[in-house]
Amino acid sequence: MATPLRRATATGVLFGAVAIYVAMVGLLSVLHTRWIVVDCISLGQVALLAIAIGAGLVAARSHPGLAGVGAAMLAGMAAGATLAALVVVMAVVDLRGTFIALSPQLLALLTFNGTLARGVAVLLGAGAALAGSAALLARLPRLPRRFVVAGATAVLAAGAFTELIQVILQAHPQLDTLREHFYGSDGLTGQGAAWAACLGATASALGTFVLAHMPAHAAAPHGMRRWAPAASLLLLLTVLPLIAGSYIDHVLMVMALYILMGIGLNLEVGLAGLLDLGFVAFFAVGAYTTALLTGDNTQALAALSFWAAMPIAVLMSVMVGVLFGIPVLGMRGDYLAVATMGLGEIVRIVVVSDFASPLFGGAQGLVQVPRPALAGRPLDSPLQLYYLTFVAALIATYVAWRLEKSRLGRAWMAVRDDEDVAESLGVDLMRVKLLAYGLGAAFAGLAGSLFATMVSSVYPSSFQLAISVNVLALILVGGIGSLAGIVIGAAALVGLPELLREFGEYRYLLYGTALIVMMRLRPEGLWPSGIGRPGHRRVQA
Amino acid sequence: MTLVTVSLWGLRTAVVAAVIAGTTLTLLRSRYDLSQWFAFVLAGITMGSIYAQVALGYTMVYGVLRMINFAHGDITMGGAFAGYFVASASNRAGTLQVHPVLAIAATLLAASAVAVGIALLVERIAYRPFRHVRGFAPLVCAIGASLFLEQTFRGFFGSSVKSYPDLEWQDLAFHVGGVRVAELDLVLICCAVAAMSVLHFIVNKTRMGAAMRAVSEDADTATLMGIDVNQVVVLTFMLGGAMARIAGVFYAFVFKQVYFYMGISLGIKAFAAALLGGMGSIPGAMLGGFVLGLAESVGPALFFDGIGVRAPFQLRDLIAFTLLIGVLIFRPSGMLGERVGMQRA
Repeated sequence: MATPLRRATATGVLFGAVAIYVAMVGLLSVLHTRWIVVDCISLGQVALLAIAIGAGLVAARSHPGLAGVGAAMLAGMAAGATLAALVVVMAVVDLRGTFIALSPQLLALLTFNGTLARGVAVLLGAGAALAGSAALLARLPRLPRRFVVAGATAVLAAGAFTELIQVILQAHPQLDTLREHFYGSDGLTGQGAAWAACLGATASALGTFVLAHMPAHAAAPHGMRRWAPAASLLLLLTVLPLIAGSYIDHVLMVMALYILMGIGLNLEVGLAGLLDLGFVAFFAVGAYTTALLTGDNTQALAALSFWAAMPIAVLMSVMVGVLFGIPVLGMRGDYLAVATMGLGEIVRIVVVSDFASPLFGGAQGLVQVPRPALAGRPLDSPLQLYYLTFVAALIATYVAWRLEKSRLGRAWMAVRDDEDVAESLGVDLMRVKLLAYGLGAAFAGLAGSLFATMVSSVYPSSFQLAISVNVLALILVGGIGSLAGIVIGAAALVGLPELLREFGEYRYLLYGTALIVMMRLRPEGLWPSGIGRPGHRRVQA
Repeated sequence: MTLVTVSLWGLRTAVVAAVIAGTTLTLLRSRYDLSQWFAFVLAGITMGSIYAQVALGYTMVYGVLRMINFAHGDITMGGAFAGYFVASASNRAGTLQVHPVLAIAATLLAASAVAVGIALLVERIAYRPFRHVRGFAPLVCAIGASLFLEQTFRGFFGSSVKSYPDLEWQDLAFHVGGVRVAELDLVLICCAVAAMSVLHFIVNKTRMGAAMRAVSEDADTATLMGIDVNQVVVLTFMLGGAMARIAGVFYAFVFKQVYFYMGISLGIKAFAAALLGGMGSIPGAMLGGFVLGLAESVGPALFFDGIGVRAPFQLRDLIAFTLLIGVLIFRPSGMLGERVGMQRA
């Protein structure tokens, strides 16, 4: 009997350690600044709840029936106790000089604005209660469980995205009374939370009902079932910006840019299996070419329109891609990744240097890049720029999709799965890899061109290694080789940190964690493409 | 001759021609006098000894596991941070000036505990599950670990640059032919050479070293021979982490600064050094480190100044990355190592 107890305690301590980490890294305090329900519960407190619930669910998994609930309560209490240890240490010693996140505000959050003893008691008790109820919930029949989960998710979403929803609602004055009822200044009201929970539960009930009562053969035919999610995603991306405000449009615009780059990198990594960490170089080439050809600055070479400069920028990127590709594409695996990273850094160093500043403007960059004009009118608003990028991403998606189905696409996948076999089957490795690299560069160049006109200036600091890692992370998280996965990945890794703005400085922590977690738990990504686990071939011992 | 061969020859000729032209012109113009050159060389060797120690960590892990420990630079950063807190605490207490050797030993000890701890955690969480996985998943996970470490330190200790306390004996120096030689630089170089010798001894003369070499040769056969592969890997990471902490602390004592993103560039350059010397070779890592340090320090003045490049020292990193790519293209086996890069799937 000692071992199951110990295991539950160990699970709890592990989750408690996660809580301590989240607190010490400063994330908890940042999340605490966002209310879910005004004056009741914040996003930071939700994070603590989630950790307790997680401990309960994991601990309960290995025991059937009520024993699981007991194990969960033990784990929850252990998690609470672990966090309480940090609270006690914080109360006794002032560690703020070393760990800057351990502020008095954090102490207040963790003791629930009460005394130390009360705080510790609450942590222990609430941990056990939450973990236990989570385990109980997991033992409920499927239907009521689904209602509770849907209701809680609805409240969380409605609260966390307060700004987004407020902006949309504000555009419709006839909804003002409704809005004032549901939303306080910066979060849901109690009433709003109740309504959101009901709405979520009802929606889930309706969905369950419809699915259950639809005759199996009348349900969507196979092809439609496959296309329905993609089509609804497309519809959402077309309609959402129309009703959302300009801030959301801006977020969507950045997302669309990353989707475009993701599609390009996916050709290299997902299809051809070439891990490229210097992708940002082609993005930079596209941006700088556009700025040099259209800009109104001293370095400008010409005063073309955006539409004339864009194809040239894409062509330049392809040329640079081929130029870079010829020497390095003979390498395999990790070495190609390191070499491409070096190329990306070289481009950045040259561009920022004083040596090349007569050409590229050095650290001051290139300014005054005009906006593209359509029928004589410049596309100025974020909405118009979003649609421009969106259309580019759609075209890129179509091209990528056709490429994937082509002879070249099959050759890429053959190279990805086994280079030697592909070569022995008559695939010209160098040619095929160069095409992948060059075409990927073309998409990045297009994205760079759009970026230049979007922000109307180009600075070397925009082209860090981080961009390459960012694009790589989003295609890996979404599901490598899958076009819908790229959209999901961009939404999760680019859109979400932009929406939860105070979270912004923790986005790279999110990327790092996401890369490790995805590679370990779900290497095929959130929306797998059905090509298995690229980059993840297990070799037999 | 294929297009690839032709362009590679073109590239090779262009680089060599640029280097020769730059060097000749610089020497003809004689913008720098002899003592300046000597100072460049000394700075290069000092920097090189730091690169060499970080590179030793890369090479050790590569030699045993055949994988790039991408987070190694960030482990170094972790060691430097731990050292910073101990060093500034002992500076406040006054021990740093009174008993500098004792204080530095304590600094190194704390840094080593942290760096080895981080190295083992990274191995356990991010690397061990991928031991039998080919493809880019292990590298991606390593990149994730690197980002995670970097951002964790930013969150824990803030994004400000922390400065190491000054040591009095750090200013001690003697003069050779009109050139100032800091004693700290000599200590650093000696430490690097000593570290390499110790590692070389461990790998080639001890039982554990024999086990390491066996695992490197063929991990599965080594298991059959009764070698605990996990234990060997853990020990390798511990040794690598220890190297990283020494390098981290010394880097901090020379450059006086610790910040959360220092690991990335230090890591990439040390990786270049390890590759330059030959991945998997311990003397190679040493040699590679010194060559890279020298090239970085002497290079901008020697190669670029002559061609008339403005502000040549901005292009210091260009030399490191060009060397990295050049080695990968033209001599993947490095100066002393086995052949890598082309044959690895």
